[in-house]
Amino acid sequence: MRVPCPLCGDRDLREFTPRGAAVLLDRPAPDADAATWNDYIHLRDNPAGASEELWYHGGGCGAWIVVSRDTVTHAISATKLAAEARDAG
Amino acid sequence: MRVDGYGRIDRGREIRFSFDGKGFRGHPGDTLASALLANGVTLMGRSFKYHRPRGPLTAGPEEPNALVEIGTGASRTPNTRATVQEIHEGLVATSQNRLGPLDMDLMAVNDLLHPFLGAGFYYKTFMWPRAFWEKLYEPVIRRAAGLGRLSGEHDTGRYEKAFAFCDLLVIGAGPAGLMAALTAARGGLDVILADETAEPGGRLLSESEKIDGAPASDWVAATLVELRDAGVRIMPRTTVTGAYDGGVYGALERVGLHLPEAPDMPRECFWRITAQRAILAAGALERPIAFPMNDRPGIMMASAVRTYLHRYGVAPGQKVALFATNDDAHRTATDLIAAGIDVAAVVDPREDVTTAGEYRLIRGEIVDTAGRRALREITVRANGGETRIEADCLAVSGGWNPNVHLTCHLGARPVWNDRLEAFLPAKGAVPGLIPAGAAAGQYTTAACLSSGRDAAIDALSQLGRKAPKLAIPVADDRAGTSRALWQVTGHGRAWLDFANDVTTKDVKLAAAENYASVEHMKRYTTQGMAPDQGKNSNISALAVLADATGRTIAETGTTTYRPPFTPVSLGAIGAGARGKGFAPERLTTSHDASLDRGAPIVATGLWYRPSYFPRSGETTWREACDREVGMVRTCVGVADVSTLGKIDIQGKDAAAFLDFVYTNTFSTLKPGRVRYGLMLREDGHVMDDGTTACLAENHYLMTTTTAAAGQVMAHLDFVSQCLRPDLDVRFISVTEQWAQFAVAGPQAAALIGTVLDDAPELPFMGCAAVSVMGVPGRLFRISFSGEEGYEIAVPARYGAGLFRDLVGRAETMGGGAYGMEALNVLRIEKGFITHAEIDGRVTAGDLGMGKMVSAKKDCIGKTASERPGLADPARPALVGLRPANGNDPIPAGAHLYDEGDAPTRVNKKGHVTSTCYSATLKTHMALAFLVNGHDRLGERVRVKDHLRGADLICEITDPVVFDPDGGRMRG
Repeated sequence: MRVPCPLCGDRDLREFTPRGAAVLLDRPAPDADAATWNDYIHLRDNPAGASEELWYHGGGCGAWIVVSRDTVTHAISATKLAAEARDAG
Repeated sequence: MRVDGYGRIDRGREIRFSFDGKGFRGHPGDTLASALLANGVTLMGRSFKYHRPRGPLTAGPEEPNALVEIGTGASRTPNTRATVQEIHEGLVATSQNRLGPLDMDLMAVNDLLHPFLGAGFYYKTFMWPRAFWEKLYEPVIRRAAGLGRLSGEHDTGRYEKAFAFCDLLVIGAGPAGLMAALTAARGGLDVILADETAEPGGRLLSESEKIDGAPASDWVAATLVELRDAGVRIMPRTTVTGAYDGGVYGALERVGLHLPEAPDMPRECFWRITAQRAILAAGALERPIAFPMNDRPGIMMASAVRTYLHRYGVAPGQKVALFATNDDAHRTATDLIAAGIDVAAVVDPREDVTTAGEYRLIRGEIVDTAGRRALREITVRANGGETRIEADCLAVSGGWNPNVHLTCHLGARPVWNDRLEAFLPAKGAVPGLIPAGAAAGQYTTAACLSSGRDAAIDALSQLGRKAPKLAIPVADDRAGTSRALWQVTGHGRAWLDFANDVTTKDVKLAAAENYASVEHMKRYTTQGMAPDQGKNSNISALAVLADATGRTIAETGTTTYRPPFTPVSLGAIGAGARGKGFAPERLTTSHDASLDRGAPIVATGLWYRPSYFPRSGETTWREACDREVGMVRTCVGVADVSTLGKIDIQGKDAAAFLDFVYTNTFSTLKPGRVRYGLMLREDGHVMDDGTTACLAENHYLMTTTTAAAGQVMAHLDFVSQCLRPDLDVRFISVTEQWAQFAVAGPQAAALIGTVLDDAPELPFMGCAAVSVMGVPGRLFRISFSGEEGYEIAVPARYGAGLFRDLVGRAETMGGGAYGMEALNVLRIEKGFITHAEIDGRVTAGDLGMGKMVSAKKDCIGKTASERPGLADPARPALVGLRPANGNDPIPAGAHLYDEGDAPTRVNKKGHVTSTCYSATLKTHMALAFLVNGHDRLGERVRVKDHLRGADLICEITDPVVFDPDGGRMRG
């Protein structure tokens, strides 16, 4: 499987490490309530289909990227740098 | 027997090889099977369960019977298909799964017991007593049934892995594949053409066909020349074994298996080919017919008979019969007759069939065969009567099964086609993979050629290229007719799966016992689970199952096709990842110096570090370790600490970044100062600890533990890019760039002073840029030993020199080098933690560092660390332990219990994390986590190691037992 890194181009899957759902980008405020933090740290959807995930190009440029991937077909429709994904909201 | 004028072997040269110790001769171009057949040997193996004599059924990679061991010693490879293995000078082949000689296999007694050995036999018979399962039943069964033997030795053969990229991967170089590659190459695509045989051409080289009026082999040769000229990468002996996500294909190339062993010659190479598009032109496999006693040596597929004749110039028999259900197979008879071989009869069950040549045609079925070690005669049922016909070879054809395997590797199921009575690839089964030719149900040569061209044009257009003008050569387009015949009923057993000895009776038994799903039937009978993975039997078996359960074949469906298509040796798939390739060695710059001093080396992660530095007279590691500890406590010691992770952090927001990743505050750290920091995960547990030095304004050097260096780097990247992209900070790992040595002990400053050009006066937790004998370096006054300590860093290329120099100077002062053992003792005496303590489940509070989580600022993990469960004072806390009675060692990993409690799981109060003998305090000691530990100092606790049997009472102490106020390291 190949993953298109926004900085390096198409690279082998084994250069990357998946970290899970991209909701990790939305860190709650320190004083947010316990339920919000519990949601952020522990609770994840398990979608069959479209998903947004955070992957780390640790065997390459070190970029954290948001991978838009279909968990059923494994097809990757888009990747972008995590920092830019945050800016885009 | 060879047939003059036939075959593509080089008759001008001879190759000598051996089979079961007997010498034979063959020619370049022969497979082991073809060479043995040419020598009149048809018996090549024994079957899995019944030990029945077997000869080759096929001439290709799907072979279920002719499985042999190749080679001797460590390189002996079992279950090698004789139909694939090419002969070479000195090849040693041995038959397998036999007791005694192959023609006198004593285990053949199993065959007499066959009424008792049907499907489910083991499950029903070997149930009681339970104690016999592993001691008696399994060894006996494993000896009685099976395939080849592993050498039992380390495989010393060379294997390689390689990666390739292309616009178009064409899988198979028969008529469809060649035409596809030609079209794509002319259309300007970068093409790889992979073919599993030694000579590309597919069935064009196995038939007596003409293309454009000339022998098909001429067209193959001309096409290959043009493909090479066009830059197409042609990969013979390469089987594409799997289709994976994103257009990646696995392929196994047999690089050196057809050549005598040579030291530098890889046996195999496993390729990962990334292709924009791929064309599956893998052809089809001929379908056997399950008729009674259809497994004798000499009975083989009709296409295999033609392959042996046309490719290898071998007649598999002197008197050949044919049992076929389709017009296509009749050419077997005409080809043999043209070659001067006697055709005894052609048996065809179709009532409307007519002859295609001068041979005896019988409209009927074969209901029995005879011949103990080789076929002698067949019994034909026709017109209500039975006739016996002499034959030493029987060619069988029940039609064709397209090779849909690769199209199913991503989860798609093949689709039953009523007209062709075959499974065809599902549409869009693998994105980017286009089936063509026989794999797509296009059986005639003319259809294969045009289907190959069309597939290539499809690929070209998908890639935005124009189709080239290309005429399709004139070839045979007579499809003929065909009728599926799955089984013939009669008295004897009718084999479906030759490799695993599964008969039609077994499948019917599975259905009768309600293993009616195809997946259940497979597991109950083991049909399709042999090395051939059911290539010859899956479709027929499910057809028999469909019949037995009253369903259609389409309703019954297939089992799941999984990679690899053919067996791939682990050596090839794991090429380059064995030993050091799997776990690369990271060596410090002082490695050679440590070896010179006789230090035993221990692995710590990927790093290799000295355990201790023995001196003459020392007979145990403890003696050396105790001496080294004493050396540091009383004089000076030198240790390589370069393995700690070092991260250079710069930027105007670097301080704010550190404040966010560390629990404590770093923005108040002044240049020239160092601070200890604690890092949490977002869930509130401790991730890592270490010191960070402020080298200059907005420039920091973070150290991590050796174990967590990679994790911390990824974490910093995560925090910087995903959580705080607003911070202007950049960082990079410099672990490999700097060699760093701890110099510790009362004489540390004196030793350091001798190597520095201008030694600075450093306070405890101070740092400075220094000149180390002319080399720019860094000096940190930090201590992991509790003594006055320094860490001196120089660019890695000076590390080896500086280490030897420091150790030499230390030795003249009465000190020396110390290793991991002493380093561990020194830190346990001081209660300093490592990842033995930071095991992912502890909080700052557990470590007694709760106050390090700053109340004035946010940081990663802060909110979660305040959860009631993580802030609970009753959590196990870090304490020290010391044996109360005598001086017993405390085993690491032992559990803690209150005195008087039974040492059971429910009573567990904690566990031991680190343990040592303290040479300083002359006692064993340990670090441990204990419930309510902070409140129990001075009390006693029971330490019980259920694994090693230790059981002792310990006194609970503060984790810091040596120099608790830290006066020694502050100096």
